[in-house]
Amino acid sequence: MFVTAAYAQQSTTTEGAEAHDAAAAGEVHTETGVAHEGEAGSGVFPPFDSTHFASQLLWLAITFGLFYLLMSKVIIPRIGGILETRHDRIAQDLDEASRLKGEADAAIASYEQELATAKAKGHQIADGAREAAKSKAVADRNAVEADLSKKIAAAEDRIADIKTKALADVGAIAEETATAVVKQLIGGTVTKAEIVAAVKASGN
Amino acid sequence: MSNDPTHQFLVNKIVPIEIGGIDFSFTNASLFMVATVGAAAGFLYLTTSQRGLVPTRLQSVSEMSYEFIASMLREGAGNGGMKFFPMVFSLFMFILTANLLGMFPYFFTITSQIIVTFALALFVIGTVLFYGFYKHGFGFLKLFVPHGVPGVLLPLVVSIEIISFLSRPISLSVRLFANMLAGHITLKVFAGFVTSLSALGALGIGGAILPLIMTVAITGLEFLVCFLQAYVFAVLTCMYLNDAVHPGSH
Repeated sequence: MFVTAAYAQQSTTTEGAEAHDAAAAGEVHTETGVAHEGEAGSGVFPPFDSTHFASQLLWLAITFGLFYLLMSKVIIPRIGGILETRHDRIAQDLDEASRLKGEADAAIASYEQELATAKAKGHQIADGAREAAKSKAVADRNAVEADLSKKIAAAEDRIADIKTKALADVGAIAEETATAVVKQLIGGTVTKAEIVAAVKASGN
Repeated sequence: MSNDPTHQFLVNKIVPIEIGGIDFSFTNASLFMVATVGAAAGFLYLTTSQRGLVPTRLQSVSEMSYEFIASMLREGAGNGGMKFFPMVFSLFMFILTANLLGMFPYFFTITSQIIVTFALALFVIGTVLFYGFYKHGFGFLKLFVPHGVPGVLLPLVVSIEIISFLSRPISLSVRLFANMLAGHITLKVFAGFVTSLSALGALGIGGAILPLIMTVAITGLEFLVCFLQAYVFAVLTCMYLNDAVHPGSH
């Protein structure tokens, strides 16, 4: 409602203003802009007024020609130079950066190489030590085992010796015992040879 | 100051000069041509005088206009068209500065003069014709014979192409001229409403608010038009130069 009211008001006041203005301006200015006897010297619309065409063309040629020369000889080479310098500089910086990156990569690679070598060497040393320790342990065990088996063998020999000796003694004791026993029992005597045969027959 | 919206386009003599019976007076239009050249060249010269590797804000404005026109021309006319870079750059900067200077109150808008825009358009078309014939001889006329058109239609198509070519300087100049002229007249008319309405007292001042808002809005629009018309002129120049560099490619 407000808007329409305002529009209505404006249109009426505008008409009023134009009427007032035209009255005030009188015969010097018309609203169509056709007649300007006092100012332009001709009755045409100012931009189409051909009286100044020659002067416009001449001054346009002079000023635009000068502008063109300034642009092509001074400004464009200068801005082009600035842009090219910057472009070169950026390219150079990028090259430098990639070179440095290459160097860093090489350093990393050599570092890793050295690290790997050192690791391998460490492994080797550890393996060597382990092998040595292992072989020493084996040798020690072998020596101990050999010693033990030698001692066992000696002991066994002695046992066997004692056993045979004992067994031999057992025959003699049995003979004596048998002789004595027989003597006590039967009062007779038995020859030594018979007793030995009997002891042997008893399964000794 | 007159309330007549066309008053601003009047050419007034400042220094009367007459050579061989022809009037070559230094007028207010001439003054603003000089001002345009001074402002544009001065801006570009001063902002780039440091030649900074890291540009200042104003230097980057100059560099941006350079690269803007360079990429426009490269896209429009290919690398073969880059020899016209000074011409397109000069045209763009000249028209843009002239348009923007015209936005100052009481300043004369040289691009609102049909003879000025027509001369600039003829300069473009003249360059196209001269370079086209110089570079390709009569092969330049292939421009008017598009590929793949059946023989029956060829006379019709060729005549349409010729008419379209001949209308280029007219459309190029009238577009710029009419935009600037109409914009300035519209601004003046709306601003005139404000003054004449507010002379009517309290009611009139209330009614003047709407045209005042319009004036502010149209001023913003006009700045856009100033840039846009310079851009359109430069883009079309690039397109026409493409015809001179590569005739028969379309």
